Amino acid sequence: MSAALQFRDVTVAVASGRQLLQHVSLAIEHGTVAAILGRSGSGKTTLLRTANRMVVPTSGVVEIAGASEIDLVGLRRRIGYVIQEAGLFPHFTVERNVGIILEAEGRPKAQRSNRTREVLQLVGLDPASFAHRYPHQLSGGQRQRVGLARALAAEPPILLMDEPFGALDPLTRSEMQDMLRALLHRVEITVLFVTHNLDEALYLADQIALLNEGKLIIDMPRDEFLSSTKPEIVAYVRAFRRAEDGVNRKAHPA
Amino acid sequence: MSAPFFSQYGSEIATLTVEHLWLTGAAILFATVLAVPAGIWLTRSPRWAKPVIGIANVLQTIPSLAMFGFLLPLPWLGDRAARIAIVALTAYALLPILRNTYAGIRGIDPTLIEVAQAIGLTNRQRLFMIELPLAASFIFAGLRTATVTCIGIATIAAAVGAGGLGELIFRGVASVDNRLVLAGAVPAALLALIADSALGLLERRFRVSPPESIRQ
Repeated sequence: MSAALQFRDVTVAVASGRQLLQHVSLAIEHGTVAAILGRSGSGKTTLLRTANRMVVPTSGVVEIAGASEIDLVGLRRRIGYVIQEAGLFPHFTVERNVGIILEAEGRPKAQRSNRTREVLQLVGLDPASFAHRYPHQLSGGQRQRVGLARALAAEPPILLMDEPFGALDPLTRSEMQDMLRALLHRVEITVLFVTHNLDEALYLADQIALLNEGKLIIDMPRDEFLSSTKPEIVAYVRAFRRAEDGVNRKAHPA
Repeated sequence: MSAPFFSQYGSEIATLTVEHLWLTGAAILFATVLAVPAGIWLTRSPRWAKPVIGIANVLQTIPSLAMFGFLLPLPWLGDRAARIAIVALTAYALLPILRNTYAGIRGIDPTLIEVAQAIGLTNRQRLFMIELPLAASFIFAGLRTATVTCIGIATIAAAVGAGGLGELIFRGVASVDNRLVLAGAVPAALLALIADSALGLLERRFRVSPPESIRQ
């Protein structure tokens, strides 16, 4: 059986000739949660966006469950998409935001409404008190939950998340990570998410990919990653911890 | 103004007000039908935005009396004064509607447009579900400016015999009768005020709550 999501020799170059991704090959099996780690500018988001064709590879292919050529709209509706700022439509209520893909597919209102309530509960929001609110009436964490509910509403086999919790305060972030982890145990879905937070990746993912300057330098199961002595991993982990210590020192000067 | 004045001119004022409304209404309708789709098209082909908006801008700067004069000798148009008036008023109404449609859609947070694409909305769905509703208050603001401008300029249409409340104003000026001038000017001003507040209401009705912001 082919992987749920497979990148084959994907290269993305911009007009100036600079390569954002260089010959990246990566397979994510069904039901796996994969994290893409890397510094800013390493090509994490670009790689994620080739999966739903928001970025078209200059060369190479991205296969979704074995198929690479399907209609764009249909393909995107089968891939949940969550971004850092949630990207909720400000003129829609929570209910309409969550049900928008079902609405676009022309599903009947009653069905949309039922499914919306179901997914809102799944992300820990009470439909009775949230369905009719507007995005500006929600906190950052609640907006992100709604964004996740929207991505799951059409029961996509694949979920893409781009720094989903990057803009949240540490407490909310950790709550959201717990919620997502519990949710991923209940929903059968393949997840690819971008983060620059090592701990988040280790907490949520089964598979870790590390990008550096557009090249995939590591792709391994989480447990292997933890115990690995590969110099690239050791260097990344050390750099990450040092940066984290720096932040802590600034927050709690001795 | 006395009761005899109104008994003499009342029905004429009413007729001319209706005529005025018809000229302005028709022009706004035509301008909307032309400028909203054109504004949408410009958001898809932004390199045309500058020249097209530039042309609409130039139209706007032509003095109204001259505009009516230019159109007078044209075949078909020149046969009926109302046609000239409607075409000229349409030309004046284009710019505010075009510019606001374009700016309204271009001003939408690009993240939202991207999300609309990424979750699989078709171009049509993106336009009707996301872009037009989010730009609606802008578009109504343009419509409001266009309407108020047109109600004012329509008074000059009487110079080419197109009727409307300008009729009374021109007659009043010619016969040095201020009552007649006011009989044309006051209803025209009232029309403008009513249109302004009605469209202002619509504009506020469609205004979207403060943009989503993750930072508190």
